[in-house]
Amino acid sequence: MATIGFGRVAVIVPAYNEEMSIGNVLDELNSQNPGNWDVIVVNDKSQDNTLQVAMKHPNVVIDLPINLGIGGCVQSGLLYAYRHNYSFAIQFDSDGQHVANEIKTLLWGMNETKADVVIGSRFIRSFSGQFKSSFNRRIGINLISIATKLLTGKRIKDPTSGFRAFNNAAIKLFAENYPVHFPEPESIILLHKNNFKVHEVSTLMNPRNGGRSSIEKKAGFYMISVLLGMIISAMRPQVQYRSENEV
Amino acid sequence: MKFDPSVDIDRFQILAVIGSLIFLALIVYLVRKKKLREDYSLLWLFFGGIFLLLSIWRESLEYISKAIGVAYAPAAIFIILIMSLFMIMIQFSIIISKQANQISMLAQEISLLKLKNSSSEQESEVKK
Repeated sequence: MATIGFGRVAVIVPAYNEEMSIGNVLDELNSQNPGNWDVIVVNDKSQDNTLQVAMKHPNVVIDLPINLGIGGCVQSGLLYAYRHNYSFAIQFDSDGQHVANEIKTLLWGMNETKADVVIGSRFIRSFSGQFKSSFNRRIGINLISIATKLLTGKRIKDPTSGFRAFNNAAIKLFAENYPVHFPEPESIILLHKNNFKVHEVSTLMNPRNGGRSSIEKKAGFYMISVLLGMIISAMRPQVQYRSENEV
Repeated sequence: MKFDPSVDIDRFQILAVIGSLIFLALIVYLVRKKKLREDYSLLWLFFGGIFLLLSIWRESLEYISKAIGVAYAPAAIFIILIMSLFMIMIQFSIIISKQANQISMLAQEISLLKLKNSSSEQESEVKK
Protein backbone atom coordinates (compact mmCIF):
# COMPACT_ATOMS: atom_id res chain seq x y z
CA MET A 1 0.00 0.00 0.00
CA ALA A 2 2.64 2.50 0.99
CA THR A 3 4.92 4.01 -1.59
CA ILE A 4 8.51 2.86 -1.38
CA GLY A 5 10.65 4.77 1.09
CA PHE A 6 7.80 6.66 2.72
CA GLY A 7 5.78 5.90 5.81
CA ARG A 8 2.28 7.07 6.49
CA VAL A 9 1.62 10.72 5.70
CA ALA A 10 -0.93 12.94 7.45
CA VAL A 11 -2.04 15.68 5.07
CA ILE A 12 -3.36 18.38 7.40
CA VAL A 13 -5.79 20.81 5.81
CA PRO A 14 -6.59 23.74 8.13
CA ALA A 15 -9.87 25.32 7.06
CA TYR A 16 -11.55 28.55 8.09
CA ASN A 17 -14.51 29.75 6.00
CA GLU A 18 -13.42 27.94 2.84
CA GLU A 19 -16.74 26.39 1.70
CA MET A 20 -16.07 27.53 -1.87
CA SER A 21 -12.70 25.88 -2.29
CA ILE A 22 -12.36 23.07 0.24
CA GLY A 23 -14.49 20.62 -1.79
CA ASN A 24 -12.17 20.89 -4.79
CA VAL A 25 -9.07 20.76 -2.58
CA LEU A 26 -10.23 17.52 -0.95
CA ASP A 27 -11.28 15.99 -4.30
CA GLU A 28 -7.84 16.78 -5.71
CA LEU A 29 -6.05 15.33 -2.66
CA ASN A 30 -8.17 12.18 -2.70
CA SER A 31 -7.66 11.58 -6.41
CA GLN A 32 -3.88 12.10 -6.15
CA ASN A 33 -3.53 9.97 -3.01
CA PRO A 34 -0.94 7.26 -3.70
CA GLY A 35 -2.37 5.20 -0.83
CA ASN A 36 -0.27 6.24 2.13
CA TRP A 37 -1.83 9.65 2.69
CA ASP A 38 -4.52 10.29 5.27
CA VAL A 39 -6.17 13.61 4.59
CA ILE A 40 -7.16 15.36 7.84
CA VAL A 41 -9.32 18.46 7.72
CA VAL A 42 -9.20 20.77 10.74
CA ASN A 43 -12.24 23.04 10.82
CA ASP A 44 -11.40 26.18 12.81
CA LYS A 45 -14.99 26.99 13.83
CA SER A 46 -15.93 28.27 10.37
CA GLN A 47 -19.12 30.31 10.15
CA ASP A 48 -19.99 29.01 6.69
CA ASN A 49 -20.58 25.46 5.45
CA THR A 50 -16.93 24.38 5.48
CA LEU A 51 -17.68 21.62 8.01
CA GLN A 52 -20.65 20.27 6.03
CA VAL A 53 -18.70 20.26 2.77
CA ALA A 54 -15.75 18.50 4.44
CA MET A 55 -18.04 15.92 6.08
CA LYS A 56 -19.32 14.85 2.65
CA HIS A 57 -15.80 13.65 1.84
CA PRO A 58 -14.41 10.38 3.16
CA ASN A 59 -11.70 12.22 5.13
CA VAL A 60 -11.02 12.61 8.83
CA VAL A 61 -12.51 15.90 10.08
CA ILE A 62 -11.32 17.48 13.31
CA ASP A 63 -13.91 20.05 14.37
CA LEU A 64 -12.62 22.68 16.81
CA PRO A 65 -15.24 23.92 19.29
CA ILE A 66 -13.81 27.46 19.27
CA ASN A 67 -11.82 29.49 16.76
CA LEU A 68 -8.13 29.10 17.56
CA GLY A 69 -6.58 30.85 14.55
CA ILE A 70 -4.21 29.25 12.07
CA GLY A 71 -1.58 28.32 14.68
CA GLY A 72 -3.90 26.39 16.98
CA CYS A 73 -5.70 24.92 13.98
CA VAL A 74 -2.56 23.43 12.41
CA GLN A 75 -1.37 22.33 15.83
CA SER A 76 -4.56 20.28 16.34
CA GLY A 77 -3.76 18.41 13.15
CA LEU A 78 -0.16 17.88 14.25
CA LEU A 79 -1.36 16.65 17.65
CA TYR A 80 -3.57 14.11 15.85
CA ALA A 81 -0.63 13.10 13.65
CA TYR A 82 1.61 12.75 16.71
CA ARG A 83 -0.85 10.60 18.65
CA HIS A 84 -1.44 8.35 15.64
CA ASN A 85 2.29 7.93 15.03
CA TYR A 86 2.45 9.32 11.52
CA SER A 87 5.92 9.36 10.00
CA PHE A 88 5.24 12.59 8.13
CA ALA A 89 2.78 15.45 8.15
CA ILE A 90 2.02 17.89 5.36
CA GLN A 91 0.42 21.27 5.93
CA PHE A 92 -1.85 21.95 2.96
CA ASP A 93 -3.97 25.10 2.65
CA SER A 94 -7.69 24.78 1.96
CA ASP A 95 -7.90 27.83 -0.30
CA GLY A 96 -6.73 25.99 -3.40
CA GLN A 97 -3.32 27.62 -3.46
CA HIS A 98 -1.34 24.42 -2.97
CA VAL A 99 -0.99 21.68 -5.58
CA ALA A 100 -1.59 18.11 -4.39
CA ASN A 101 0.91 16.67 -6.84
CA GLU A 102 3.66 18.77 -5.23
CA ILE A 103 3.38 16.89 -1.91
CA LYS A 104 5.68 14.32 -3.49
CA THR A 105 8.18 17.11 -4.16
CA LEU A 106 8.21 18.03 -0.48
CA LEU A 107 8.63 14.41 0.61
CA TRP A 108 11.37 13.81 -1.95
CA GLY A 109 13.11 16.93 -0.68
CA MET A 110 12.91 15.56 2.82
CA ASN A 111 14.23 12.19 1.73
CA GLU A 112 17.15 13.73 -0.17
CA THR A 113 18.26 16.31 2.39
CA LYS A 114 17.27 14.48 5.60
CA ALA A 115 15.74 17.75 6.78
CA ASP A 116 13.19 17.75 9.61
CA VAL A 117 10.99 20.33 7.90
CA VAL A 118 10.75 21.05 4.19
CA ILE A 119 9.15 24.29 3.02
CA GLY A 120 7.59 24.54 -0.41
CA SER A 121 8.70 27.83 -1.93
CA ARG A 122 7.09 29.86 -4.70
CA PHE A 123 10.21 31.87 -5.31
CA ILE A 124 13.20 29.57 -5.73
CA ARG A 125 12.62 29.00 -9.41
CA SER A 126 9.99 30.77 -11.45
CA PHE A 127 7.65 28.52 -13.37
CA SER A 128 7.22 30.89 -16.30
CA GLY A 129 5.10 33.33 -14.33
CA GLN A 130 3.05 30.63 -12.65
CA PHE A 131 2.93 32.44 -9.37
CA LYS A 132 2.68 36.19 -9.31
CA SER A 133 2.47 38.10 -6.10
CA SER A 134 1.94 41.77 -5.48
CA PHE A 135 4.85 44.16 -5.03
CA ASN A 136 3.98 44.97 -1.40
CA ARG A 137 3.70 41.33 -0.60
CA ARG A 138 7.12 40.62 -2.08
CA ILE A 139 8.67 43.42 0.01
CA GLY A 140 7.07 42.03 3.18
CA ILE A 141 8.21 38.49 2.46
CA ASN A 142 11.73 39.73 1.67
CA LEU A 143 11.88 41.61 4.99
CA ILE A 144 10.83 38.47 6.87
CA SER A 145 13.37 36.51 4.85
CA ILE A 146 16.14 38.95 5.83
CA ALA A 147 15.07 38.76 9.49
CA THR A 148 15.18 34.95 9.25
CA LYS A 149 18.70 35.13 7.80
CA LEU A 150 19.84 37.48 10.60
CA LEU A 151 18.30 35.36 13.37
CA THR A 152 19.18 31.88 12.09
CA GLY A 153 21.90 32.43 9.51
CA LYS A 154 19.82 30.50 7.03
CA ARG A 155 18.39 31.93 3.84
CA ILE A 156 14.74 30.98 3.43
CA LYS A 157 13.27 32.67 0.39
CA ASP A 158 9.64 32.04 1.25
CA PRO A 159 9.39 31.99 5.06
CA THR A 160 5.64 32.67 5.03
CA SER A 161 4.79 29.66 2.88
CA GLY A 162 2.25 27.39 4.55
CA PHE A 163 3.09 24.46 2.29
CA ARG A 164 5.30 22.33 4.51
CA ALA A 165 6.35 18.80 5.32
CA PHE A 166 7.27 17.71 8.85
CA ASN A 167 9.03 14.51 9.91
CA ASN A 168 8.01 12.74 13.12
CA ALA A 169 10.54 14.67 15.26
CA ALA A 170 9.15 17.98 14.00
CA ILE A 171 5.57 16.71 14.51
CA LYS A 172 6.44 16.00 18.12
CA LEU A 173 8.04 19.41 18.64
CA PHE A 174 5.07 21.26 17.16
CA ALA A 175 2.40 19.12 18.80
CA GLU A 176 3.59 20.69 22.05
CA ASN A 177 4.91 24.06 20.93
CA TYR A 178 3.47 25.81 17.94
CA PRO A 179 3.46 29.60 17.54
CA VAL A 180 -0.02 31.06 17.82
CA HIS A 181 -0.61 34.12 15.68
CA PHE A 182 1.67 34.13 12.65
CA PRO A 183 3.17 30.68 12.93
CA GLU A 184 5.08 30.25 9.67
CA PRO A 185 8.02 32.65 10.13
CA GLU A 186 8.20 32.06 13.89
CA SER A 187 8.28 28.29 13.54
CA ILE A 188 11.46 28.54 11.43
CA ILE A 189 13.21 30.30 14.33
CA LEU A 190 11.83 27.73 16.79
CA LEU A 191 13.19 24.90 14.61
CA HIS A 192 16.59 26.56 14.34
CA LYS A 193 16.78 27.13 18.11
CA ASN A 194 16.10 23.44 18.71
CA ASN A 195 18.68 22.24 16.16
CA PHE A 196 16.16 21.02 13.60
CA LYS A 197 17.13 21.07 9.95
CA VAL A 198 14.98 23.17 7.62
CA HIS A 199 15.17 22.88 3.87
CA GLU A 200 13.38 24.76 1.12
CA VAL A 201 12.32 23.26 -2.19
CA SER A 202 10.73 24.87 -5.17
CA THR A 203 7.09 23.98 -5.72
CA LEU A 204 4.37 24.95 -8.10
CA MET A 205 1.54 27.00 -6.63
CA ASN A 206 -1.81 28.14 -7.92
CA PRO A 207 -2.62 31.80 -7.86
CA ARG A 208 -5.07 32.70 -5.15
CA ASN A 209 -8.62 32.54 -6.47
CA GLY A 210 -10.80 34.62 -4.25
CA GLY A 211 -9.93 35.62 -0.73
CA ARG A 212 -6.92 37.68 0.22
CA SER A 213 -3.99 36.52 2.22
CA SER A 214 -4.14 37.25 5.93
CA ILE A 215 -0.86 39.08 5.33
CA GLU A 216 -2.31 41.67 2.98
CA LYS A 217 -5.26 42.76 5.10
CA LYS A 218 -3.30 44.38 7.88
CA ALA A 219 0.14 44.68 6.35
CA GLY A 220 1.74 47.10 8.81
CA PHE A 221 0.42 45.39 11.89
CA TYR A 222 1.38 42.02 10.46
CA MET A 223 4.97 43.04 9.74
CA ILE A 224 5.57 44.53 13.19
CA SER A 225 4.07 41.62 15.11
CA VAL A 226 5.79 39.02 12.93
CA LEU A 227 9.22 40.61 13.32
CA LEU A 228 8.69 41.06 17.06
CA GLY A 229 7.48 37.47 17.38
CA MET A 230 10.55 36.24 15.50
CA ILE A 231 12.98 38.19 17.71
CA ILE A 232 11.27 36.94 20.86
CA SER A 233 11.31 33.36 19.54
CA ALA A 234 15.03 33.75 18.98
CA MET A 235 15.45 34.76 22.64
CA ARG A 236 13.57 31.75 24.00
CA PRO A 237 15.42 28.83 25.56
CA GLN A 238 15.33 25.40 23.95
CA VAL A 239 12.14 23.41 24.29
CA GLN A 240 11.95 21.01 27.21
CA TYR A 241 9.72 18.10 26.33
CA ARG A 242 7.01 17.12 28.75
CA SER A 243 6.81 13.50 29.78
CA GLU A 244 5.48 11.11 27.15
CA ASN A 245 2.10 10.39 28.70
CA GLU A 246 1.23 14.07 29.04
CA VAL A 247 1.44 14.85 25.33
CA MET B 1 6.21 70.17 57.23
CA LYS B 2 3.66 72.95 57.76
CA PHE B 3 0.10 72.05 58.68
CA ASP B 4 -2.93 74.10 57.87
CA PRO B 5 -4.56 74.38 61.32
CA SER B 6 -8.04 74.29 59.81
CA VAL B 7 -7.41 70.78 58.40
CA ASP B 8 -7.68 67.97 60.93
CA ILE B 9 -4.94 65.64 59.72
CA ASP B 10 -5.67 63.04 62.38
CA ARG B 11 -9.12 62.58 60.93
CA PHE B 12 -7.63 61.54 57.59
CA GLN B 13 -5.24 59.15 59.31
CA ILE B 14 -8.16 57.44 61.02
CA LEU B 15 -9.99 57.22 57.70
CA ALA B 16 -6.88 55.79 55.99
CA VAL B 17 -6.43 53.13 58.67
CA ILE B 18 -10.12 52.19 58.49
CA GLY B 19 -10.01 52.17 54.68
CA SER B 20 -6.97 49.86 54.64
CA LEU B 21 -8.58 47.55 57.18
CA ILE B 22 -11.80 47.36 55.19
CA PHE B 23 -9.78 46.62 52.07
CA LEU B 24 -7.85 43.80 53.78
CA ALA B 25 -11.07 42.43 55.26
CA LEU B 26 -12.70 42.44 51.81
CA ILE B 27 -9.81 40.43 50.34
CA VAL B 28 -9.91 37.92 53.21
CA TYR B 29 -13.70 37.68 52.84
CA LEU B 30 -13.42 36.98 49.09
CA VAL B 31 -10.79 34.30 49.67
CA ARG B 32 -12.91 32.70 52.41
CA LYS B 33 -15.94 32.70 50.12
CA LYS B 34 -13.73 31.16 47.39
CA LYS B 35 -14.50 34.05 45.06
CA LEU B 36 -10.79 34.84 44.94
CA ARG B 37 -8.07 32.22 44.88
CA GLU B 38 -5.38 32.28 47.57
CA ASP B 39 -2.53 32.47 45.08
CA TYR B 40 -4.07 35.49 43.33
CA SER B 41 -4.89 37.23 46.62
CA LEU B 42 -1.27 37.39 47.81
CA LEU B 43 -0.37 40.55 45.88
CA TRP B 44 -3.59 42.29 47.01
CA LEU B 45 -2.93 41.38 50.65
CA PHE B 46 0.68 42.50 50.32
CA PHE B 47 -0.23 45.96 49.00
CA GLY B 48 -3.15 46.27 51.43
CA GLY B 49 -0.64 45.59 54.22
CA ILE B 50 1.71 48.27 52.88
CA PHE B 51 -1.07 50.84 52.83
CA LEU B 52 -2.12 49.92 56.35
CA LEU B 53 1.47 50.38 57.49
CA LEU B 54 1.76 53.74 55.73
CA SER B 55 -1.45 55.02 57.32
CA ILE B 56 -0.56 53.89 60.84
CA TRP B 57 3.06 54.96 60.82
CA ARG B 58 2.83 58.29 59.02
CA GLU B 59 6.53 59.22 59.23
CA SER B 60 7.41 56.16 57.16
CA LEU B 61 6.18 58.00 54.06
CA GLU B 62 8.63 60.80 54.77
CA TYR B 63 11.51 58.32 55.17
CA ILE B 64 10.57 56.66 51.91
CA SER B 65 10.27 59.92 49.98
CA LYS B 66 13.65 61.09 51.33
CA ALA B 67 15.23 57.74 50.46
CA ILE B 68 14.00 57.83 46.86
CA GLY B 69 14.51 61.60 46.48
CA VAL B 70 10.92 62.79 46.27
CA ALA B 71 10.62 66.38 47.58
CA TYR B 72 6.87 66.31 48.22
CA ALA B 73 6.14 63.32 50.46
CA PRO B 74 2.50 62.74 49.46
CA ALA B 75 3.67 62.25 45.84
CA ALA B 76 5.55 59.15 47.01
CA ILE B 77 2.23 57.54 47.82
CA PHE B 78 1.21 57.86 44.17
CA ILE B 79 4.44 56.15 43.07
CA ILE B 80 3.78 53.29 45.48
CA LEU B 81 0.15 53.09 44.34
CA ILE B 82 1.00 53.10 40.63
CA MET B 83 3.77 50.53 41.09
CA SER B 84 1.43 48.24 42.97
CA LEU B 85 -1.26 48.54 40.28
CA PHE B 86 1.33 47.83 37.59
CA MET B 87 2.47 44.69 39.35
CA ILE B 88 -1.06 43.46 39.80
CA MET B 89 -1.92 44.17 36.16
CA ILE B 90 1.18 42.29 34.97
CA GLN B 91 0.03 39.41 37.14
CA PHE B 92 -3.36 39.60 35.39
CA SER B 93 -1.70 39.48 31.96
CA ILE B 94 0.28 36.41 33.01
CA ILE B 95 -2.88 34.70 34.24
CA ILE B 96 -4.81 35.60 31.08
CA SER B 97 -2.02 34.29 28.84
CA LYS B 98 -1.82 31.06 30.78
CA GLN B 99 -5.58 30.61 30.57
CA ALA B 100 -5.59 31.34 26.83
CA ASN B 101 -3.05 28.53 26.36
CA GLN B 102 -5.08 26.20 28.53
CA ILE B 103 -8.31 27.01 26.66
CA SER B 104 -6.60 26.33 23.37
CA MET B 105 -5.29 22.97 24.64
CA LEU B 106 -8.76 22.05 25.90
CA ALA B 107 -10.34 22.97 22.55
CA GLN B 108 -7.85 20.73 20.76
CA GLU B 109 -8.52 17.86 23.14
CA ILE B 110 -12.30 18.27 22.73
CA SER B 111 -12.01 18.24 18.93
CA LEU B 112 -9.92 15.04 19.05
CA LEU B 113 -12.34 13.41 21.50
CA LYS B 114 -15.30 14.38 19.30
CA LEU B 115 -13.56 12.70 16.38
CA LYS B 116 -12.84 9.55 18.42
CA ASN B 117 -16.41 9.48 19.65
CA SER B 118 -18.01 9.81 16.21
CA SER B 119 -15.77 7.15 14.67
CA SER B 120 -16.51 4.68 17.48
CA GLU B 121 -20.25 5.39 17.04
CA GLN B 122 -19.92 4.61 13.35
CA GLU B 123 -18.09 1.38 14.13
CA SER B 124 -20.80 0.23 16.53
CA GLU B 125 -23.46 1.04 13.93
CA VAL B 126 -21.63 -1.07 11.36
CA LYS B 127 -21.53 -3.99 13.84
CA LYS B 128 -25.29 -3.74 14.37
